[in-house]
This record gives sequence, structure tokens and C-alpha cells, in this order.
Amino acid sequence: MNRAAFRSLSRAMFLGFVRDRAALVFSILIPVLFLLLFGSLYKGTNAPKVSVVEVGRVSLLDQAEATAPTQLAKVLSITHTDNLTTALNAVRKGTDNAAVQQQGRTLIVHYSIADQTTAGVVQAVFSSMVQQADVTAAGTSAGYQLTTTQVEDKSLKPIQYIAPGLLGWAIASGGAFGAAITLVNWRENKLLRRLRLAPVSVGSVVLARVGVGIFVALIQLAVFLGIATTPYFGLKLSADWWMAIPVVMCGTLAFMSIGLLVGSFAKTQQAATAVANIIILPMAFLGGAFIPLDFAPQWIKDVSYAMPLRYLVTGMQNVMARGEGPLTALPAIGVLLGLAAILTLISVRVFRWDSV
Amino acid sequence: MVPGVSATISAQNLRKSYGDKAAVDGVSFEVEPGEFFGILGPNGAGKTTTLEMLEGLREPDSGQLSVLGLAPWPRNPELLPRIGVQLQSTSFFEKLTTREQIRTFASLYGVSAQRADQMLSVVGLDEQADQRAEQLSGGQAQRLSIACALVHDPELVFMDEPTGALDPQARRNLWDLLRRINADGRTVVLTTHHMDEAETLCDRVAILDHGKILQLGPPAALVRGIDSPVRISVESGQLDGAATEALTSAAGASTAVTDDGVTLTIATHDPGTVLSGLADRRALTGLRVQGATLEDVFLNLTGREYRA
Repeated sequence: MNRAAFRSLSRAMFLGFVRDRAALVFSILIPVLFLLLFGSLYKGTNAPKVSVVEVGRVSLLDQAEATAPTQLAKVLSITHTDNLTTALNAVRKGTDNAAVQQQGRTLIVHYSIADQTTAGVVQAVFSSMVQQADVTAAGTSAGYQLTTTQVEDKSLKPIQYIAPGLLGWAIASGGAFGAAITLVNWRENKLLRRLRLAPVSVGSVVLARVGVGIFVALIQLAVFLGIATTPYFGLKLSADWWMAIPVVMCGTLAFMSIGLLVGSFAKTQQAATAVANIIILPMAFLGGAFIPLDFAPQWIKDVSYAMPLRYLVTGMQNVMARGEGPLTALPAIGVLLGLAAILTLISVRVFRWDSV
Repeated sequence: MVPGVSATISAQNLRKSYGDKAAVDGVSFEVEPGEFFGILGPNGAGKTTTLEMLEGLREPDSGQLSVLGLAPWPRNPELLPRIGVQLQSTSFFEKLTTREQIRTFASLYGVSAQRADQMLSVVGLDEQADQRAEQLSGGQAQRLSIACALVHDPELVFMDEPTGALDPQARRNLWDLLRRINADGRTVVLTTHHMDEAETLCDRVAILDHGKILQLGPPAALVRGIDSPVRISVESGQLDGAATEALTSAAGASTAVTDDGVTLTIATHDPGTVLSGLADRRALTGLRVQGATLEDVFLNLTGREYRA
């Protein structure tokens, strides 16, 4: 392969991308705005802080406060009073979420079911606290840490599924639209034919385009991680987050191959855009990008297995947010690469250099 | 002309059909080194298909074809650096400046950026070097497209209707450029549907219609070959009826006169007699003399009006 030709083709295609405002808006700006919007909207909804009124002395609570003050402070804010009636009134009004008193070995938690989420959190926090106390009393030395980390980490914070979901969608549409539109435009303006008349291999041209596509996807990844890991959004990357890079690369290949196939059939840019939309948009809803699969109805969960986007999103989620080992991304990578290979083979068969 | 290896292009009995329609139906010709060769014909005559076969973009259904001694089909990497192709539409990379375009094309042929920049000067686009290609005027874009076709210094250049859709000024500029390219020793093959373009530029033209070559030769010879009358016109009102009568009978039987009240036109095979007769009668105001053109050749060959 001619390296100078490959380099200059890559450069020409990359400049074409960064100077195309529409492409920048669709592949970077809009996904980032979505991230800012959804990230802010759902920020903190999953782990609301519970305000608790301690009526009299509750030794269990004091003990917990003394042992693990920071962890507890994340979940509870505690105020003290000696008057049960005022405390109960505050709970009824919703100014406080729960009132707690201790009678001997019995812990009494008063809460309102007006806010069911908070009520759930109140129950969960105190039952785990009681369990912990039982375990400690039984003589084993399991610490409070265990309990609190369970409360914090078992459920994903919204940013941990919003970020990979929206990023997956951004990469999918960037790859599919980019490849389809490039192919159709180059065929229509005869650039494809011009390149065929130059002594460069088809491989160089394709590789340059794929290289630029992957580079753009990695920029999307960097921008997303940069924003989502700011303290405001608070995405915590797991140790093996780097495994998201190969997932992103394979995802780009898969979606560019979808674009390649669309571009092989479509005759005009409008047609290519419309068809790519018909493929990508439903996939964003059914593949776990816009609706997190954890909260999706069962039928969406079932359908999602047929959506290539699912593998890109869950692949990234597993290694970036869920803290599962790097190997957990391999099945997703396999599916994405397999799809890319199959669609590319089909595209080669239906490929046309010319519109006539 | 001796047919064989010395020819830059040798095409024997080329045929290409799309479905039932024969786009090119048994075309044979040779192009000599350094020649400016024109393929002329109305739209749909088979010009572009012929050119595409020469360039190696389409496979002929039958016939022999050699370009610079090589077979252009299938895609021949040995041949590609030696030919330059300027396409009908202006095919550029999106959003790149004029200079970036030509440098990108140059690098595909392993040609330096310096040489690419020189090529921009040759086609007179120095001032537009930093403009985006999509902002160029039609003539400028066409010149850039020619520069991109020439950047690797090919021996043989193909151009498909290079002056289509240009204004007359831009066309004339482009003609000068094309003449210079040919004067440098390059062989140029050009398709056009403009008769005047073929007449001014080409050493030889092949007139194509319905996929067949109707006639092939130097434009002047083709024009002389048809026995077409010379049209002599002067302002009306300088000759009375009797004088016109006398002049026409002196010039021979085939002489025809038309007068639309503004212009008196005499079509004759004996222009000498008519011109001296007009001079004797001091009736030369507004004189124009028009010989036959390639258009007449076409009309003569097909019996129908040339429609581009």
C-alpha cells in the first residue's frame, strides 16, 4: 500500500469532517447536549439523601455515625429532637423523611409513603443497619463498610448508564451516517470514479475512511468521558475502563458497515440519510441507548438482543461503569466484528462504482 | 497512418450495449502520439461510453483496444499513471481548498506538493489557492479539475466535455489552456458536442451518431469534403430585383437568394462571381461570408439538424 497516498487521503477525509459543521453538530454537539440534559435531569435521583430525625437517643444510629461518618452522611442527614410529636409532624409534612426512636432493643422507624422512593431508601438503610448490628453482636467482625458500599454501588447511578447509552448512540449514528453519506456523495460527484483512475488500491481508500471513522469515534469517547467524569456528573470509571476503547473501535466498524450497505443501495444523499435514520433511531430506543435496559419492559429486553447497538452499549457499560473484568467485553466485540464482516461482504457484492 | 503499435490509441470495432440498446456499435479509430483528437456528436451519440472504454472504466462487449500499448481493461495499474482523466462533472473532496485538492490528488501519484502548486499556476488558480473548491466559478472549477488530471504529467489526457456549461469568455480561456497542454507534446482526446470547439481545437475529429463513426478526419477536410454552398450576405436594399437576377444567373444554377428585409443572403458554389458582382455594384455594406461548418457536415451526413 502506498503510505503517502494513504496519509493524504486520511488527512483529506478528516479535514472534510472537521470543516463540515453539520457533521460536527450531529456527531459531537447534539450527543453532548443530550448528555448534559439527561445527566442533569437524572442527576441524584437514584440515591436521594434521606433526612432523619433522631428522637431521643438511638444508640444504633450514633454507633453507625461514629464508625462510618462519611458513608452514612452520603445517605442520611440526621437532626436531633426529644419531642416525638414534632418529629412525626415533620415526617407527615415531608420536611423530614423519617423519625427514628429506640426502645430497648427495638428500633422504630416512622416514615411516610407519600414519597415511595425515599420510603424504600429509609427501609433499606435501617434494615441493613440492624442486620449489621446483629452480625457485629454475633461476634464476627464484618465492618460497616460492606453495608454502605452495597447501598452505594450495587445500583448504577444514572450517569453510569446515560453516558455509555448516549455515547453508543453517537458512535452508531456517526459511523452509519458517515459511511453511507461519504459513499453516496463520492459516487454522485464521481470522486469514486476519479479515485479508481488513480493508481491507489481500493484498500487504501477504504482503510483511510475507516481510520478517520474510528478516530472520530475515539474523539466522541474522549469528549463524553471528559464531561461525564467531572465532579458535577460524577461518573466513576472502573479500573478496566480502557477496554471500552476496543469496544468503541469494533462498534464503529460494525456501524460503518451498516452505512456502507445503505450507501451501496441508496442513490441520493437524502435517501441514504432517511434509510440510516430508519435503522438507527428505533435501535436507539430498543438497543438500550435511550432507555436503559435495566428499567426497560421485558419485551424491549428481548428485542434488544437483535439490536447491534445493544452490544456496543452494554459492552461499554460493563467495563466502564459496572466494573466487570475486561474479558466481559469480548462477547460484545465478537458480535460487532462478526456483523461488520458479514455486512462488508454483502456490500462488496452489491457495490457500484457508478450511479449508472 | 500505419495501424499498429506506434499509435497511442488503437481501437478496432469496439462495441458496448446496455440492455438492447447499442451505445457504441462497431467503432474503429487510431490516435497518433501528440495528436489532438476530438470525438464529436450530439448527446446520446455514444461519446462518453467510447471514452469510458478508452479510460478503462468500462469493459467493451467486443473489439480490440490498446492504449499506450496496454490493455485498459481490467483496471491496469501500469497504465493509470500514464493517463490523465478529466471527468465531466467536477469531482472533488468535500470542504478542501483548491491547494489541498490538488495536493491530495498529487500524492495519489507520488507527486510532490511543490509540483502540485506549480500546476495551480499553470492553470491560473494561484489567487484561488486558499478558496474552497465549491466556491470556485464554473470556469475555475473546470481548470482545477484539469490541473488535477495533469498533475502527474501524463502522456495521454482524456477530457469529457470540458467546456460544457461555461460562458463564452471562460470557454475561450479554457481553449487556450487546452492548446498549451497539447503543444507540450501530450496527446489529448476530447469529447464535445460543440462543433466550433472541435473545429478550433482538434487535429482530427470523429463524428459519432447512434454509436457509429459517420466520418473521421481533420475538420477542414471534412468541411471541404461536403459540397456545401458559401453564404454571402449584405444589407438589404442595395440591389434591385433586376441586379439580383443578373447576379444569380451569372453564378450558376444552384445559387439561391433569400431576403428577409434586413439581410440579403446568396448561397452559391461560385463565391468569386457573386463577390465581384457585388463589388461592381458597390453593394458590399454589411458583407459577411460564411463557409460550411462541421454542422453542415453533420447535416449532410445525417440529413437532420444538429442538436447538441
